[in-house]
Amino acid sequence: MPAFPKAAHDAVNNPTLRGNLRHATHTIRDKRAAAVAELDDWAQLREAGKQIKDHTLRHLDRYLVQLEESVTAAGGTVHWAADADEANRIVADLVKATGETEVVKVKSMATQEIGLNEALEAEGIAAYETDLAELIVQLGKDRPSHILVPAIHRNRGEIRDIFAREMSEWGRAAPVGLTDNPADLADAARLHLRDKFLRAKVGVSGANFMVAETGTLVVVESEGNGRMCLTLPETLISVVGIEKVVPTWRDLEVFLQTLPRSSTAERMNPYTSMWTGTSEDDGPSDFHLVLLDNGRTDTLADEVGRQALRCIRCSACLNVCPVYERAGGHAYGSVYPGPIGAILSPQLRGTQSEVDASLPYASSLCGACYDVCPVAIDIPEVLVHLRERIAQGGPVTREGNKAVLKPAKGHAAERAAMRAARWAFGRPGALRAGQRLASRTRKLHPRTLPGPGKAWSATRDLPPVPAEPFRDWWQRTDGGKKSDGDKKTDGVRKTDGVTKDGK
Amino acid sequence: MSSRDRILGRVRRALADVPPDDTSYEQAVDRSYLRVHGDLDVEQTVDLLAENLADYRAIVRRCTEDELARTIAAMLAARGAATVLAPPGLDPAWLSATDVVQVPDRADSTPHDLDRIDSVVTACAVAIAETGTIVLDAGPGQGRRRVTLVPDHHICVVRVPDQVVSSLPEALERLDPTRPSTWISGPSATSDIELDRVEGVHGPRTLEVVLVSDPPGVAA
Ligand code: SF4
Repeated sequence: MPAFPKAAHDAVNNPTLRGNLRHATHTIRDKRAAAVAELDDWAQLREAGKQIKDHTLRHLDRYLVQLEESVTAAGGTVHWAADADEANRIVADLVKATGETEVVKVKSMATQEIGLNEALEAEGIAAYETDLAELIVQLGKDRPSHILVPAIHRNRGEIRDIFAREMSEWGRAAPVGLTDNPADLADAARLHLRDKFLRAKVGVSGANFMVAETGTLVVVESEGNGRMCLTLPETLISVVGIEKVVPTWRDLEVFLQTLPRSSTAERMNPYTSMWTGTSEDDGPSDFHLVLLDNGRTDTLADEVGRQALRCIRCSACLNVCPVYERAGGHAYGSVYPGPIGAILSPQLRGTQSEVDASLPYASSLCGACYDVCPVAIDIPEVLVHLRERIAQGGPVTREGNKAVLKPAKGHAAERAAMRAARWAFGRPGALRAGQRLASRTRKLHPRTLPGPGKAWSATRDLPPVPAEPFRDWWQRTDGGKKSDGDKKTDGVRKTDGVTKDGK
Repeated sequence: MSSRDRILGRVRRALADVPPDDTSYEQAVDRSYLRVHGDLDVEQTVDLLAENLADYRAIVRRCTEDELARTIAAMLAARGAATVLAPPGLDPAWLSATDVVQVPDRADSTPHDLDRIDSVVTACAVAIAETGTIVLDAGPGQGRRRVTLVPDHHICVVRVPDQVVSSLPEALERLDPTRPSTWISGPSATSDIELDRVEGVHGPRTLEVVLVSDPPGVAA
């Protein structure tokens, strides 16, 4: 896997990809702002979401044990997986115990993260993705590029070609003379997948939320493929990251309001399924929950970085990120692209690899991701923290053990930073947003650059960051014609996302 | 050591820097967000439900209790349905005016059996006006989760105003977490191909919601 700057460079030079991405991110971004503006209490919902998640993380052991008890009492079986290999082995063994050789899958980041499909394939089990976008990705022997719309890098013509060429390999062939009309393409997928749903005996899913108090799992989706996989098979296996637990049933009232609006910009997504263990004669008679660590407890051990575990995977931060928009999801080299990927992947996987070490630099620090995040993750803060960790070294936790990370060798990190800087300076819009952030956090700025810039600033004096970016001052005062007023800028961060008047 | 103990041990060590905190959960979270958005009376709330359902391309009809059987019969006829699934506990009066063949929901029917059924008529547990959502919880007249999924046409009857709430928090309070639930906001949809919205990839492509008022005429 090439490091971010190289991978991004390739994407930036692919005009089709950039066109598709730009259209997608801007469309979703604008719709999201409108959906969020409908709720007068967005700021309060966002704060409550943050507090619920922080409280849960702070007492994660307690809530996991409670969840286990609730799920077990409701007729489910709970398994614990410390890493990807263990999770894959548990799932493979459960599938084998049913005697089946194929499973239908609901789109899930956790199972992508652990490479479940490949692991099952190695055991002779075929895993069929059933989300339309995931189907496109799977048939195209491709990788997802966006959390919400994984095939967003493909246009309708490419999708038509993939369907016409590949569907027969996997099951029901595409109809002859298939056009590139989205409705026809969706129809071809419907027929192809219906065959699989109706005969499936084992379903595999993730979950958006797990309620400790009741043992309820929640899956939020649009197409109904989730409902098919969650209710038609006899056995259901859900692989879920331990950070997805929330304490109470009532907590869902916060996230079911913020997630759809942040994600697809809808008041509510078309389908949400909730189930608690097993129910007689309704849905799978056998339910297994695999609780996945795979680097999450290591992330939890980092005081600054642990806030990344609040993420509810809405993908809003991807759609506002100027770097994601140009680089595309594949450049991030992980299933978590965009700003959240830039802070989550290096924490889940460690920073040994070149791509993971370069990810914290895949940002202009403009702060737009923080502004839209429905659980108020301060992504820029974590990015700066991780840069510092990579460049200067320091304490980290890997697989539960404390270790000290050595400073990055050579100049790899520095080069990455300089490339990112060059990128930002070539783009006034991004630079301007970056300056805003710099102003807002001015008090915290060191006189030497943290991280990879240290060597550079060691021999130079850093200019102090002005209290307000020049452009903002110019605009506010109409080029100095109006009074300067008493604008407060020091250390002021917006505490809410987009509110009704767009402030 | 089991993985369970390993993970719980890692969690505890990871949190070693966090000062102990005995704040109760009730106090730990500031719930100053609104319980309901806007200040609508009962009739306006029902109107909002109808509007939001339609916005997500559900077909919404309104009628009174005594018009219901005829309304449903007309919908099935317009659809050209040959068979309709009736879940246990569905008020038999609802299907009393149609001559479409009624199929009972049986535990041993296979997904393939369901796939051959044209339409399904169900009740609901609660409907949420602010989001245009109907919630089914497998209660009487709602059937197993799969019956509203496999057939291509779903008619859902909502009693107004008593089954309508304004907001999501109000809906959660009415639901029992031990029952499986399905929340439906418009028909199945995808925007995966160039963000073009296409209805019905997997679930029913047509969702018709009947808002039935009793006594006659109140919200009609
Ligand atoms: S970091 Fe925030 S904005 Fe980004 S996907 Fe996660 S919850 Fe959404």
